[in-house]
Amino acid sequence: MTEPLVLGIETSCDETGVGIVRGSTLLANEIASSVDLHARFGGVVPEVASRAHLEALVPTLHRALEKAEVKLADLDAIAVTAGPGLAGTLLVGVAAAKSYALALGKPLYGVNHMAAHAAVDILEHGPLPQPCMALLVSGGHSSLLLVEDVTSEVRSLGSTVDDAAGEAFDKVARVLGLPFPGGPHIDRAAKDGDPNFVPFPRGKADDGTFDFSFAGLKTAVARWVEARERAGEPVPVADVAAAFQEAVADVLTKKAVAACKAHGVDDLLIGGGVAANSRLRALAAERCEAEGIRLRVPRPGLCTDNGAMVAALGACLVEAGRTPSEPEFPADSSLPITEVLV
Amino acid sequence: MLLALDTSTPAITAALHDGTEVRAASTTVDAMRHGELLGPTLAKLFEQAGIKPPDLTRVVVGVGPGPFTGLRVGLVTAHALADALGLPVDGVCSLDALAVRVLAERAPDEPFLVATDARRKEVYWARYAPGQNVERLDGPHVDKPADIGWNGPAFGSGVLAYSESFSRVDSPDYPDAGQLAEAVVRGRIAVVPAQPLYLRRPDATPPTGRKPVLQR
Repeated sequence: MTEPLVLGIETSCDETGVGIVRGSTLLANEIASSVDLHARFGGVVPEVASRAHLEALVPTLHRALEKAEVKLADLDAIAVTAGPGLAGTLLVGVAAAKSYALALGKPLYGVNHMAAHAAVDILEHGPLPQPCMALLVSGGHSSLLLVEDVTSEVRSLGSTVDDAAGEAFDKVARVLGLPFPGGPHIDRAAKDGDPNFVPFPRGKADDGTFDFSFAGLKTAVARWVEARERAGEPVPVADVAAAFQEAVADVLTKKAVAACKAHGVDDLLIGGGVAANSRLRALAAERCEAEGIRLRVPRPGLCTDNGAMVAALGACLVEAGRTPSEPEFPADSSLPITEVLV
Repeated sequence: MLLALDTSTPAITAALHDGTEVRAASTTVDAMRHGELLGPTLAKLFEQAGIKPPDLTRVVVGVGPGPFTGLRVGLVTAHALADALGLPVDGVCSLDALAVRVLAERAPDEPFLVATDARRKEVYWARYAPGQNVERLDGPHVDKPADIGWNGPAFGSGVLAYSESFSRVDSPDYPDAGQLAEAVVRGRIAVVPAQPLYLRRPDATPPTGRKPVLQR
């Protein structure tokens, strides 16, 4: 059999993503983002995102078909994010995917968003080593996953006990008067700052688990900034941004490397929107090299939520001969990582 | 071959009409499972009618008003199906669809009101003229039942749930896609673009300023 042509639909948060792959070859990755609509609220508003998905889905899908130069009839399968994510936004993608699958008579795979973040790297760096460690960090998640087989066996080693890393970036950006979403703005501001300016706390850094905590760090930054403001002194935005970013990158990479060593895994993959952070990438590269771990980070457009990652996981599932999902599967906002395919 | 469907209420209702008669119809009431049930419902209808999706020539969908999440399931399903098959998709106001059923089953001889539950102690409502065709006189609106002040005949889940606010209350409760399809085929109901009628803005307010973390 030639490599399967798979269309992937992603609507778990504020990006309407439609991707098309042929096996491990990326053909299209089209995104319609509603991020600008959420900026004035300081975070993603689920109803605003759901409305935007409904409007954007069909046009985004057509842009993807044009880009890939394929027709709907050519597809071998359709894959869609079944969870985890926002219940209302997931449902738009799931209902659309079911409808396309029914109309076209194509098999449908409801897949796990987190596993798709790991699977996407086959498009960039080829097949995933088995096993490999995945550090997935975004506005909604901060998890360490042991990926034995991305189509069937993914285990969570730890995750955040409070805020996701990306959420901390958004909240600290707000404290510093930087726009939403905070990640890119803090990264830019930090370029001129001193990462050792304030030793902000590294929550859970040495607790021996693979869990994370960013709420304490976020509050520590807010307290420091407020104390400065109250004393009538200027806030050195670049330095605070750099010191905050250093604390996040430090604890993420430290735990990821420790997880690799604890489980005898030689390959670390980083995904999710926060993987676009330059300091996280640099520190991960440095620490992996020191420990003899191979590091894989997809390009930023494949790290943030997108449809290609869903299509990539769908293609893996087709090639592994997995049975498609039953047509009545629900969108599951808290889908556990143990369920790669619903 | 027309597919008509509506998911603006707890009823997931869909029907196939061949231009002469309804070939298959299904209504399931389950407010929380629109996303799970609509797809299999459509598959079952195609099987019952002995047709395949490419045999469709037109799709009509209720555009609300109705609770947003369920409403979107119907809309995105209709758009995706029509897109995949290269078909036109039209909308109908979901309250009009309920009025179709009132006219068919109750044949009121005076102006009447229909309402469905909008949650938060409000209803979506509209007022209609009696007759064979759906003629909307007022609405759609979203209001507290007591604020509508209507003494004429009133129908729908929204008046049944708040019967104390209406003087003459009766079923039916939800739209029926079979009757909707028949009304569309006979030109007794107005079609509109298949865009959602939300009537409410998203529930969100911009933050007003930072909450201090330090004690005063």
